[in-house]
Amino acid sequence: MNTELLGIIFMYVLVVALAIPLGRYIGKILNEENTWLDPIFNPLDKVFYKIGGVDSMQQMTWKQHLVALLSINIVWFLISMFVLTNMNWLPLNPDGNSSMTGDLAFNTSISFVTNTNLQHYSGESGLSYLGQLVLMLWQFISAGCGIAIAAVVFMAMKEQTSETFGNFYRYFVRSCTRILLPLAFATSIFYVFNGVPMTMEGKGNMISMQGDSVQVSRGPAAGFISIKQLGTNGGGFFGVNSAHPLENPNYATNIVETISIMLIPIAMVFALGYILKRKKLAYIIFGVMTLGFLLLLMPSVISEMNGNHAITKMGIAQHMGSMEGKEVRFGSAASAYWAINTTVTSNGSVNAMHDSMTPLTGMFAMLGMMVNSFYGGVGVGFLNFYIFMILAVFISSLMVGRTPEFLGKKVEAKEMKIAMIIALLHPFLILVSTSLSSYIFTSNPTEYAGWLANPGNHGFSEMLYEFTSSSANNGSGFEGLGDNTPFWNIACGIVMLMARYLPIIGPVAIAGILAGKKFIPESAGTLKTDTSTFGLMIFAVIAIVAALSFFPALTLGPIAEYFSLK
Amino acid sequence: MKAQNTSLFQKELLQEAFKQSFVKLNPSVMFRNPVMFTVEIGTAVMLGVCLWILSGEKNQGSFAYNFIVFIVLFLTLIFANFAEAIAEARGKAQADSLRKTREETPAKLVQPVGEMYLNEIKMVPSSQLKKGDVFVCEAGDTIPTDGEIIEGLATIDESAITGESAPVIRESGGDKSSVTGGTKVLSDKIKVIVTTQPGESFLDKMIALVEGASRQKTPNEIALTILLAGFTLVFIIVTITLKPFADYAQTPITIAAFISLFVCLIPTTIGGLLSAIGIAGMDRALRANVITKSGKAVETAGDIDVLLLDKTGTITIGNRKATSFYPANGVDEKHFINCAVLSSMSDETPEGKSIIELAGVKPDTLKVDNPIFIKFTAETRSSGVDFGNIRIRKGASDSIRNLAQQAGNPYPNETAERVKIISSNGGTPLVVSENEKVIGVIELQDIIKPGIQERFERLRKMGIKTVMVTGDNPLTAKFIAEKAGVDDYIAEAKPEDKMNYIKKEQQEGRLVAMMGDGTNDAPALAQADVGVAMNSGTQAAKEAGNMVDLDNDPTKLIEIVEIGKQLLMTRGTLTTFSIANDVAKYFAIIPALFIVAIPSLQGLNIMNLHSPESAILSAVIFNAIIIPFLIPLALRGVEYKPIGASALLRRNLLIYGLGGVIVPFIGIKLIDIVVSVFV
Repeated sequence: MNTELLGIIFMYVLVVALAIPLGRYIGKILNEENTWLDPIFNPLDKVFYKIGGVDSMQQMTWKQHLVALLSINIVWFLISMFVLTNMNWLPLNPDGNSSMTGDLAFNTSISFVTNTNLQHYSGESGLSYLGQLVLMLWQFISAGCGIAIAAVVFMAMKEQTSETFGNFYRYFVRSCTRILLPLAFATSIFYVFNGVPMTMEGKGNMISMQGDSVQVSRGPAAGFISIKQLGTNGGGFFGVNSAHPLENPNYATNIVETISIMLIPIAMVFALGYILKRKKLAYIIFGVMTLGFLLLLMPSVISEMNGNHAITKMGIAQHMGSMEGKEVRFGSAASAYWAINTTVTSNGSVNAMHDSMTPLTGMFAMLGMMVNSFYGGVGVGFLNFYIFMILAVFISSLMVGRTPEFLGKKVEAKEMKIAMIIALLHPFLILVSTSLSSYIFTSNPTEYAGWLANPGNHGFSEMLYEFTSSSANNGSGFEGLGDNTPFWNIACGIVMLMARYLPIIGPVAIAGILAGKKFIPESAGTLKTDTSTFGLMIFAVIAIVAALSFFPALTLGPIAEYFSLK
Repeated sequence: MKAQNTSLFQKELLQEAFKQSFVKLNPSVMFRNPVMFTVEIGTAVMLGVCLWILSGEKNQGSFAYNFIVFIVLFLTLIFANFAEAIAEARGKAQADSLRKTREETPAKLVQPVGEMYLNEIKMVPSSQLKKGDVFVCEAGDTIPTDGEIIEGLATIDESAITGESAPVIRESGGDKSSVTGGTKVLSDKIKVIVTTQPGESFLDKMIALVEGASRQKTPNEIALTILLAGFTLVFIIVTITLKPFADYAQTPITIAAFISLFVCLIPTTIGGLLSAIGIAGMDRALRANVITKSGKAVETAGDIDVLLLDKTGTITIGNRKATSFYPANGVDEKHFINCAVLSSMSDETPEGKSIIELAGVKPDTLKVDNPIFIKFTAETRSSGVDFGNIRIRKGASDSIRNLAQQAGNPYPNETAERVKIISSNGGTPLVVSENEKVIGVIELQDIIKPGIQERFERLRKMGIKTVMVTGDNPLTAKFIAEKAGVDDYIAEAKPEDKMNYIKKEQQEGRLVAMMGDGTNDAPALAQADVGVAMNSGTQAAKEAGNMVDLDNDPTKLIEIVEIGKQLLMTRGTLTTFSIANDVAKYFAIIPALFIVAIPSLQGLNIMNLHSPESAILSAVIFNAIIIPFLIPLALRGVEYKPIGASALLRRNLLIYGLGGVIVPFIGIKLIDIVVSVFV
């Protein structure tokens, strides 16, 4: 078999094999069960609680959890705004990079607070090392918040009636110290040994083969890259992200980085099964996510490996597949695999330029972000999936002649209202903001010519992709878009903010309200949520709600491009 | 009455519904249904477009095309309104036929003077009777309104209400004191106090519920409306944002195309049928002769987890019946049977009659001179007959044993043994003696209704636990419970036992349904999630429950649960069908929108529709005519099969989900073939 394909099969099998035990471990951490790491981390955690001045034993209601999450986020948002706009005089700036403008700092801060890591700057010139370190801290915090808030929903889904679901600060600190930190540490070391820089020194001098002297940017990259991948952050240390030779030097680092993308998102599903003691439910959720993932992945890989039809028509052979915008050390299959990995999980790091992918791959990458719950972001991916489960439960309960109930709790009008608003939000943000940019562009194409590198359908895809990526808190760019302008900085900033917090508040509210209701034991007439039939139903709901609402937009972008290349 | 109206559409109903479909176009009425309200707005816009074209606009396509789109959208509205109107008309017709029974009848009002009632009677029309008035009914009178007997006893023909021709006895005090307006007194005289204000009887409430004036959306209907409104909003966003997208792509899209896309994508099918489904649910209950006091009660019935059923009348046929004769050793069987028949000659109880029935001997064929019948008393606990010098007695085993032993006769071992066996089998032994000598045992058994085991099995498959309530001792109760196949039983039940059982189940999160008639059932009826009061029951019981069963049939609960499930299922399946339709409609309309500007999109036209206009017309026509096609299903309800939730989901997903994807592909293609002849 083709070694390129073997490579991606190997990566997928490995990530699932690692995610199952990791899921059990995450479940234990969130359940506050004893683990062998306790002697190291218990004292460390106490220090954090003390510095933060929080009561780590307080049992919180769902509203208190949200307040805790938002207050952590607001404090750090202000700190990062300050650092990014004052980098020129703050320490750790060996290359003498300048501070960010207000709108770019706003965009960047929101982008990292929200786990999006959309970058309208290039790391080499746009940030000091202090700036990089602040953003790196953010990559921990936003991922930790994601796991912690998912933990709240997991606890609320238990078979009991309860108003409180543990302590947010504990979930948050324990997620950071016991899950993210050890994994990030281990992978960082691997990257350092493979040649990724980890230094505080400024640019290095290199004499190239031609004898020219070249200034090469470097910095504390290995630590940054490990959490960038593990926390579904995706923001690169260098401008071209993991396509950069110092950020992803070889196929081995590519394997580890690719696996890091999906590892925690998949493990969270198994953690759910462990915490609820519903392994079968976890497998069904995993199955639905995997089905969606594969349906996006397979045509993308095929499309990239077959190469560009337009080039083939010119009589040029493409034995390596479509290689435009790809790195030779990874090849077309591994690049397509990464592209789908990074978009379904809201990671957003890239090892090839998505702008140059064939139209179908571009579309499936966008669809991955439009659905945003086939594995999804760390913690939050499940929250998105949870909304689809509520909708699926509602319709399928009716189909078996019961008023809707989910895991023993009645789903009523209030929960449906919240679920529907959240389900609406994503299409709303993407379509409305893209239509706004289309409208502005169409009103004066010459003035805004700098926005789009390509005219026509592809240009439309560039705008659609940017907002899709913002709304999915993904952060990858289609590029080709002149995006460091006040319009794009502010519009994307607002979209990222709304798309991060509302889909967290919604599911937490639903889970919290449901948890307060009376528990109804299962009977033969109850809809079972851990069956493949119900899994199929969830899949259908996702396909119809998430995919169908984007069909017209996709038709004008990648679909039209695909047919015109044929 | 039960048999009538089996056809779904009758001429007069259709006419009424047709008229109502136009009346319901009133926007302030349409507003209650967000999905159809947006269609109405779209229709109005299309009317505007048509007028615009007439006044000279050139870029919106031909007038004929736009006008057809307008007409089809208008028909979509009419069809949806018609669905609701026909459901209302059917419900109303059903209720009217009940109401006919209570047309103006003269009432014999008893004149009160202060606290006292005089014996003076004044004739007034029934409509003037107020709550608290007292009237008198004699043989031949029609009871003018609902009330409770305060004096007397009467046989009453309730066939006008229940369709059951056998007269029933109603008397003051006790649990059978309620009378219903429209029924007829056959014998005796009763004094009745009016229990409802005019226009507030259950039937009036039910009619109002069906007619829509006081119809409120049930909680589940509200939640589903939110879901549908959400889908409508998504597609509003999709359609509106398409305008700048199309401008960017330099693809002009006509208003007709925008509105068609929108109307096709929003869930009009379920949106149009939703209220019809709800009304039809109540109507189906009414057809089963059950008056529901709210739509919510029908919905809740579908969720019931526990059913409390009285043993007598539900699980067993009314009373015990004789099943076997066991003569003592040395006694001729024929002689024993004859004695048993003689002892039961004057026994008017059903048990006594059943002995004669089992014996197959007519009592008057036996030669008896001047019989003296001995009545059953609590003291002797036996009954019988004396003639000549023969004394035959029949009674409980211990009383006959005493009788025999006092006379110095032995109590045979085999009889004692037989008595024990019968008791442990859940039966009741009756011992017969002749001249104080024990001659044998008659076995009485509870007769379990034929087919009841299958019904319980069906309930079990639905996930419903059945509980038998009986006054029998635990041993007998257990035996009958096992034989009938109920899951649990309450033996030696007192009224508060029912209440406690219900509370216990509810605390564990289950929904409980029960049926009752007596005043002492009222608290339990109120506590139960679905309380069905028998129409013959007391006013208190009827007030406490949330449904009234006109047939007084205890097995009705099972039907009610199925009606509730059907109602929910119909909603769920039609929602699924409606949303699944979108796939095909997308593939019809999207290529049609862009194909002129981007010819390469022909590849998306997988149905190979004739032209953009024909594609759009076919999609909206399909969208409109699917509504009348599904009206019969909405009214009849999706069939419930107790095959377990997962299997049911699989089945419905296959039929309505997959069907919902495939049917419109076929339908739109067929319509396109027809339309393309004209376009």
